[in-house]
Amino acid sequence: MNTTSLHQPRFQQLKGLRALALGLAISFAAPAFADNLPDVQRLIKQGQYPQALEKVDAYLSNKPKDAQGRFLKGLIYTEMNKPVDAIAVFTKLTEDYPELPEPYNNLAVLYAQQKQYDKARTALEMAIRTHPSYAIAYENLGDVYAKLASQAYDKALQLDNSNPATQNKLALIRDLITTSGKGNVKPSMPVAAAPTPTPAPIAATPVAPLAAKPTPTVAPTASIVTTTPGAAATTQNKPIEAKPATAVAAAVAPASTAPVAARTDAVQEDIARAITAWANAWSRKDMRAYLGAYASDFNTPKGVARKAWEAEREDRIAGKSGKISVNVDEPTISINGDKATAKFRQHYKAGSLDSSTTKTLVFVRSGSKWLIKEENAR
Amino acid sequence: MLGRKLVFIVLASCLAASVLARQPEKQAHSAAHHPATNSTPAAATPSRVPVSVSDSGPEAQLATIFREIESNQLNHALELTEALLRQHPNYRLANLIKGDLLLARRGPIQTFGAMSGAPADKVADLRAEAIVRLKGYREKPQANFVPRYLLQMPADQRYAIVVDTKRSRLYVYENDVANGGRPRFIADYYVTQGKLGAEKVSEGDKKTPIGVYHVTSNLSRAKLGDLYGNGAYPLNYPNEWDKRQGRNGSGIWLHGTPSDTYARPPRASDGCVVLTNQDLDAVAKNLQVGSTPVIISNSIEWLSLDDWSKERSELNKTIDAWRADWESRDTERFLRHYSKRFKSSDQNFDEFAAQKKQVNTSKEWIKVRLNNMSVFRNPGKEEMVVVTFDQDYRSNNLNNQMKKRQYWLREDGKWKIFYEGSA
Repeated sequence: MNTTSLHQPRFQQLKGLRALALGLAISFAAPAFADNLPDVQRLIKQGQYPQALEKVDAYLSNKPKDAQGRFLKGLIYTEMNKPVDAIAVFTKLTEDYPELPEPYNNLAVLYAQQKQYDKARTALEMAIRTHPSYAIAYENLGDVYAKLASQAYDKALQLDNSNPATQNKLALIRDLITTSGKGNVKPSMPVAAAPTPTPAPIAATPVAPLAAKPTPTVAPTASIVTTTPGAAATTQNKPIEAKPATAVAAAVAPASTAPVAARTDAVQEDIARAITAWANAWSRKDMRAYLGAYASDFNTPKGVARKAWEAEREDRIAGKSGKISVNVDEPTISINGDKATAKFRQHYKAGSLDSSTTKTLVFVRSGSKWLIKEENAR
Repeated sequence: MLGRKLVFIVLASCLAASVLARQPEKQAHSAAHHPATNSTPAAATPSRVPVSVSDSGPEAQLATIFREIESNQLNHALELTEALLRQHPNYRLANLIKGDLLLARRGPIQTFGAMSGAPADKVADLRAEAIVRLKGYREKPQANFVPRYLLQMPADQRYAIVVDTKRSRLYVYENDVANGGRPRFIADYYVTQGKLGAEKVSEGDKKTPIGVYHVTSNLSRAKLGDLYGNGAYPLNYPNEWDKRQGRNGSGIWLHGTPSDTYARPPRASDGCVVLTNQDLDAVAKNLQVGSTPVIISNSIEWLSLDDWSKERSELNKTIDAWRADWESRDTERFLRHYSKRFKSSDQNFDEFAAQKKQVNTSKEWIKVRLNNMSVFRNPGKEEMVVVTFDQDYRSNNLNNQMKKRQYWLREDGKWKIFYEGSA
C-alpha cells in the first residue's frame, strides 16, 4: 500500500511515488487500459502536474466514468493544492462508486487539511463501512478521532489551542488497490492487491457492534483510586471495584497479538513523521514548528534555561543568512510505552558547512503527538 | 484493547458508584430523613436507548451516557453525547466526555478528562459537576417528604424555592392550597454556588449565605453584563437575622450564565446562586418579586408529612397565643413571648416592655387579626423561624394595618420573639 504524508514537502514524496508507480505498473499491465494512464502516473511522479492533468483529462474525455482516471485526477488536484477541485472529484467518485474506500479516505485527508474533522470522520467511517479491514483508513480515523478529541477538550477546558504543530498526518491513498471490478478498473492480481489483513481495533469500528462471544472465563476486576483533590468535598477517595461485566469479557475475545503489532508500526510511523517534520521545520527556519517539536520539559543542553536555549536556537536557525538544509536517513526506532528512542544520520548543510552526524532523539508521547525530550549528537 | 475498555468501565463506575452511595450524610436532626429514592442501579437496563433529547436539563442524558459507558456501548455513548452537544454546543462537561470517548477509540485512557496536560482544576470542576448532576437525577425528593423550612405559605404565594448547597440543587415547590397548603415538588435544577461554599459571613468571602430570603427585584438582561446571562433576581441578604449575627456583604443574586458556557462548575460564583439560562427562565416564571421565598440551606432537612403538620400546628398555636395575649392587655403575659435579647429596629427588650406597659394602661379593648401568614424555618443550627403576616390591629383609641415580620427563636424549649418589624 503506497502512502505518504501530505505535510511532507514534495521531494520527500519521491520515494513513495516510485513505489506507487511500480504498483500501478502491475495493475495496468492489462492491455485494455494501457492507454495513457501510465503516462499520467509518470508525469505525477515527475511533479509535472499541469501536463498530467492535461493527459488525464484527454483520457477521461473518452472514458468519463473511469474510476482510476478520475482518482488520478483527484490526486493531481490534491498535489496542485486545489483542495476544492480535488474534493469535488473524490466526492463524485464516492457517489458513483460507493463501494470504493479510497476516494472516501482521500476526501477525509482533504477535509482534515481544512480542519473539517467531522466531515473527515464521516468519510473515513464510510471507507471502513465498505472495507472493514482497511488499515490506512483506521490509522487515519485514529488521527481524526484524536483531533476531534483535542477540539472537544479545548471546548471543555477552555484551552487556547494555539499549538503551532497542528500538522496533518493523514495518509493519502495513491492507488485504487481494493477496487472490486467496477468500471474499468480490474486489479490483475487480486490476491496481492488484497489489503493487509490487519485486524482493526474493534472500538474504532462504528459499524461493528460488539457482538463478540462473551468468554466467561476471564472476569478480571480492576480497582482505581479516584484522586481528584478538587472534588474531594463530594467524592470519597476510595478504591472502587469494577464490575466484571460481560462487556469486559466480550472485550477479551477479539484480542490478539496482531493489533499490537499494527499499533507498534503505527507508532513507528508517527515517530518517523515527527522526525521529518522536525527536520523540515529546521530547514525552512520555521521556529514555531521547530520549537513546537520539543516537549515542554525538554532536557536542554547543559541544563540551561529553556528561554536561553530557545534564544540560542533562534539565533542559530532563524538568524542564519542563506539556506539551511537538514536531511535525515532512515531512523532506527525503539519504542517503550510512551517513550521512544530514534537514532539516525543527520545531514546538515548551511552555506559552506556540510556535516553528517549520528543523532539520537528521545521522544515522549504527549496526547496524540510525540515530542522531543532529549537530543544528543555524536 | 482490554485495558481501554476496562479503564473506561472503571471510570464510569467510579462516577456512578459515588453517586449511588445513597444517604451518605448522617442527618443531624432525628426527625429528618433524607428521602433519597432507591434508584435503579445503572447497569440494570442493558437495552439500547434511542438517541433522544429533552428540555428538562441534561441529567437524564448524562445518566444514560454513563450507563452506556458502563455497559461498554461506547459508540452509542458517543452518539448520545453528540446529541447532547447539538442541543447545548458549549456544554463543557459533554465536550469533556466526548473527548474521552474519542480518545478511547484511539488507545487506552487513564482517567476522566484523559487528555495529557489537561488542567487538573478544570477537570476536577467538570467531574464534580457530573457527580452532583447524576446524584440529583437519581435522588429526586419523595412525594411524602417535604423540606422542613416550608411550614406555611400564604394563599396567594404560589411557589417557594429551596436550595441545597451540598447537593448543588435548587428545588421548586408549589403551594398546594387544595391540599392544606402542603408543599408539592415541581422541579429541581443544578446550581452553582460560591467558590468557597456556603455560610457566608462577610463581604468578599466568596460564600453563599444560608437563610430565609426573598427576591427583591428583577434585573432584566439589558441592564446586566453577560456574566449574569438571561437575568438576575437580587435577594435580601443580609436580612435582619444576618445583621444581628454580624454578617455583612451584599449583591447576593439568583442569576443566569454567561454566553460562553452552558453551565458553570458547582463552586464558581462569588456567592450568588447561578442557574443555566434555560433553567433560570423556567424558574423565573414562578418568581413573585417581593414574596417568593428563596431558602438556602446547607443540606435540606426533610420531614414526613405527619411531622411537618405537627411542627406547623405547634407554631401556629404559639403565634396565636402571642396574638391572644396581646388582646388580653395583660402585659406580663404578652411579654412572655419575647426574648430578653429582643430588639426591634429602635428598641431593646426593656424599652419595648416599658412602652407596652404604658400603652396598655390606656386600652379598654384590643383586637388583633393576622392574615396571609407565612412561616419559614431557618436552615441551620439555631432553631429559628421567620414569620410574616398582615397585621390588622384595632383598639379603642388606635387602628393600624401593617405587614409585619418576626423572627422566633427557640430558647430553652420555648419559642420566643427575637426581632420584629415592618416588612
